[in-house]
Amino acid sequence: MNFYAIRAIYKFEMARTFRTLLESLLSPVLSTSLYFIVFGAAIGARVGEVDGVDYAAFIIPGLLMLPLLNESISNAAFGIYMPKWAGTIYELLSAPVSAFEAVIGYVGAAATKSLMLGALILITARFFVPYQIEHPFWMVAFLILTAVSFSLFGFIIGLWADSFQRLQVVPMLIMTPLTFLGGAFYSITMLPPLWQKISLFNPIVYLISGMRWSFYGKADVDVAVSLAAILGFLTLCLAVVSWIFKTGYKLRN
Amino acid sequence: MSASPIVSIQGIGKTYASGPQALKPLDLDIRHGEIFALLGPNGAGKTTLISIVCGIVNASSGTVVVDGHDSVRDWRAARAKIGLVPQELHTDAFESVLATVTFSRGLFGLAPNPAHIESVLRELSLWEKRDAKVMTLSGGMKRRVLIAKALAHEPRILFLDEPTAGVDVELRHDMWQMVRRLRENGTTIILTTHYIEEAEDMADRIGVIRKGELILVEDKAVLMTKLGKKQLTLQLQTPLRQVPAELAALPLALSADGNAITYTFDTQRDETGIADLLRRLAAHGIDFKDLHSSQSSLEDIFVSLLRS
Repeated sequence: MNFYAIRAIYKFEMARTFRTLLESLLSPVLSTSLYFIVFGAAIGARVGEVDGVDYAAFIIPGLLMLPLLNESISNAAFGIYMPKWAGTIYELLSAPVSAFEAVIGYVGAAATKSLMLGALILITARFFVPYQIEHPFWMVAFLILTAVSFSLFGFIIGLWADSFQRLQVVPMLIMTPLTFLGGAFYSITMLPPLWQKISLFNPIVYLISGMRWSFYGKADVDVAVSLAAILGFLTLCLAVVSWIFKTGYKLRN
Repeated sequence: MSASPIVSIQGIGKTYASGPQALKPLDLDIRHGEIFALLGPNGAGKTTLISIVCGIVNASSGTVVVDGHDSVRDWRAARAKIGLVPQELHTDAFESVLATVTFSRGLFGLAPNPAHIESVLRELSLWEKRDAKVMTLSGGMKRRVLIAKALAHEPRILFLDEPTAGVDVELRHDMWQMVRRLRENGTTIILTTHYIEEAEDMADRIGVIRKGELILVEDKAVLMTKLGKKQLTLQLQTPLRQVPAELAALPLALSADGNAITYTFDTQRDETGIADLLRRLAAHGIDFKDLHSSQSSLEDIFVSLLRS
């Protein structure tokens, strides 16, 4: 195990994070605050309670997950796409670094940044809504699992992308609709029966539902299913990454 | 020098998925501690070959053994021995010089060694610039940064892919001094270059690659004598209009102004024919005031190889 390489990559990526700290953390915090004002304060006052939880508090798990998913993806995608674009990837490819080690370095740094963001959003939310966390251990576990899985997903997108447009296309065209339809702002039980069934094909539903359970003990789907869903996604991403490194797809051609 | 090669390339070939065969299967052994120059026109496959040895590109066939380690099965040990300076100036724009060179050492699995990094940076005249962001440096300085990165993990084998392309005289001079010193320390150096006089000046052995085929590998000295031709040029006392018919059988060329005759001969032959030539010229009353001989340069040899 090349620990020095993992540390070098992690440090390199964290240095990049801290160089752009203001832009990368401030804008998600700002947009989350806007959601709180619009949905929490303005609209939430009319909605009342959902599942016995005040609406402003009800949307917190979802509002935590939205930027977490997006930032994890774009962070990790950018982290591995940049060396490809700048050509500096030659060094990583010629170094005695395994796929697994590179992934720990890049994905670890991206997930770290996402967790910093998550903490910041939870603090921000505190200013708007007094919320409680019923299962803090599971809350942190879901946070970490989500940050890691989606950083891994972003890493794959970064490996796959061969232009800046492609780098944007998955977060824009897939993640945005999935997260908005993933129950961040509503319980899927509020949907007509057909749409409830369709929603069950949306993986984001399981993530947000699991996160909401850790906050309030209320969920759209069983928390065990949520946990299995995220672990399954993590495993899938790991398999894809190791396949990419093994075959050299888009890297060693 | 030990007998076993430090890099042994066997049957390495590459066909890109998109089409062309970049390298026909080739064999090449690099000896311990030598400077090996790989010459060839653009697109001949030099960079592809280097990239395969360094693990950046997967070969379509063949094996590479680096200091006893198979580059695929025992890739970690093989790669740790190699430092690569790429042809293009691929650098991390926002990192400082010190950070990017320190990063390289870590990437190759070595514990931090600030003293080594400092000595590398000092030798490349980068120490004063260690806190500068790489993007603020000139092209020549970026090239130095790439060399420093390649040397950060104390490699046994250094690949220099077109190291002097677009580099000023001073850096070229510094670089060759550094190459010589690295060789003295036992580092094996493999370089590609377009400046043939550099290969002529620096290399112990030369390989010529053309259209993905290694057409020649030879000691430089042997190559020079084997393929080198000598020319004897005579400055005439009085201009000639043409070479006398009796001498037409000899490999003589008259200059356009008729003031000089050039005689081309093979250095390999025992009998150069010079004595005979001079006697016959004298017999025809052709007098000369000066003469000099010259040996063809590696560049001439190279050009004639590529044309053949």
